[in-house]
Amino acid sequence: MIASQIRSLWLVFKHLFRRNVTVQYPDQKPYLAPRYRGRIILTRDPNGDERCVACNLCAVACPPDCISLQKTEDPDGRWRPAYFRINFSRCIMCGLCEDACPTYAIQLTPDFEMCEYDRQNMVYEKEDLLIDGPGKYHDYSFYQVAGKAIRGKGKGEAQNEAEPIDIKSLNL
Amino acid sequence: MSTPLWITLLNIFGVLIATVLLAAVLTWGERRLLGFWQDRPGPNRVGPFGTLQVVADMIKLFFKEDFIPRFADIPVFVLAPTVVMATMLIAFAVVPMSPSIGVADLNIGLLFVLAMSSIAVYSIILGGYASNNKYALLGSLRAAAQTVSYEVFMGLSLMGVVMLSGSFNLRDIVDAQAGYWFILPQFLGFIVFFIAGIAESRRTPFDLPEAEHELTAGFHTEYSGMKFGMFFVGEYLAVILISALITTLFLGGWHGPWLPPIVWFCLKTAFLVALFILLRASLPRPRYDQLMKFGWKVMLPLSLVNLLATAGILLWIA
Repeated sequence: MIASQIRSLWLVFKHLFRRNVTVQYPDQKPYLAPRYRGRIILTRDPNGDERCVACNLCAVACPPDCISLQKTEDPDGRWRPAYFRINFSRCIMCGLCEDACPTYAIQLTPDFEMCEYDRQNMVYEKEDLLIDGPGKYHDYSFYQVAGKAIRGKGKGEAQNEAEPIDIKSLNL
Repeated sequence: MSTPLWITLLNIFGVLIATVLLAAVLTWGERRLLGFWQDRPGPNRVGPFGTLQVVADMIKLFFKEDFIPRFADIPVFVLAPTVVMATMLIAFAVVPMSPSIGVADLNIGLLFVLAMSSIAVYSIILGGYASNNKYALLGSLRAAAQTVSYEVFMGLSLMGVVMLSGSFNLRDIVDAQAGYWFILPQFLGFIVFFIAGIAESRRTPFDLPEAEHELTAGFHTEYSGMKFGMFFVGEYLAVILISALITTLFLGGWHGPWLPPIVWFCLKTAFLVALFILLRASLPRPRYDQLMKFGWKVMLPLSLVNLLATAGILLWIA
């Protein structure tokens, strides 16, 4: 019994010469992986249009229900959110919204320094969330691969999309 | 008394201020050392290497609400923390730090120190009792039982030293160690006294009176502000006192080559204080019955054997 006590004393003493594991945070930033799950952003497609099509899948996937949005439709046929609101005082940075998003619009970034003195300031609106670039996916443009017709891109004009077939002409 | 008054006063206030300041600095030193032993830096942000952490803690403690519960026994509640600090400071009076430093030259210095460190337990018992809180009372009951058990062989373990030096005077005991340190012939006594000293100052692994897992904070559950601070300073004073006593009794006091006496004394004491902190960093707390069993069934017989053997050998030689 005594030997094990003395051994543990020695083992603890040896730690005096070990390197500290502490990252002295405000002076010394920790390494955050590029796909670290931090502050949420809304990205744009390569043409600079909003990627978000207001499908609400992120809001459905969100475990703490911190995403709120409303769909609107542009005259050119594109869908977009009228408002898009994330309450970061609820958000748990789980990334499920990013997984659920069919258009790569919502993405998480390696930034977690978003403290506020006023709780209301934790609620981010669409203007706060939108960035100018495409985020992690540089070439992806939802309307260019989807079948939905918008002004300037009719049915069958998307990438890898065949011309639409009139089934009545098939004489089935 | 042939020494001039101002030297005596300088001695008194020097020792008083130095010990209180050291106890305060030890709150930082302990956390820092614990940090290093746990692979983290510890408090390092206030001032150079975090040394001003002490000042920050003091300011915080002074500005805390000095809360006294309505159900407490108020006069006892207020007085209890002063007892531990006062007795520990008084006990330092007889510790000789160098040939010229040391407040009192008592013929029964050793007994005086033992008495004072025993009185310190009143502080905890009264504090726990006056808090009128079941956790506090449980903590102080444990403190009482622990102190009664460990005091017995704490005194007995020192009798070997007294027999070797033939005096209760701490200064004579140090002088008797000019040739060799008493840790060599009294190694068993040293071990027993060291363990009893940890129990006496209620440090981990013998901090059952304030076992935070079981008793929230034990006897000082209801204390806040500077009253709590005094309990803490008292604990650190006890650590320094026990270390200084071990230095005086077993490690040859101020004796040592090359360096001036006071430096040797401080070095030895600092080493022992670090050992106290290392014990805290590495050892778990025993169960209460294990503590009692260890005290009565292991340490007491050990100290009695040590006493008898030392006495027998001394008689044989003489």
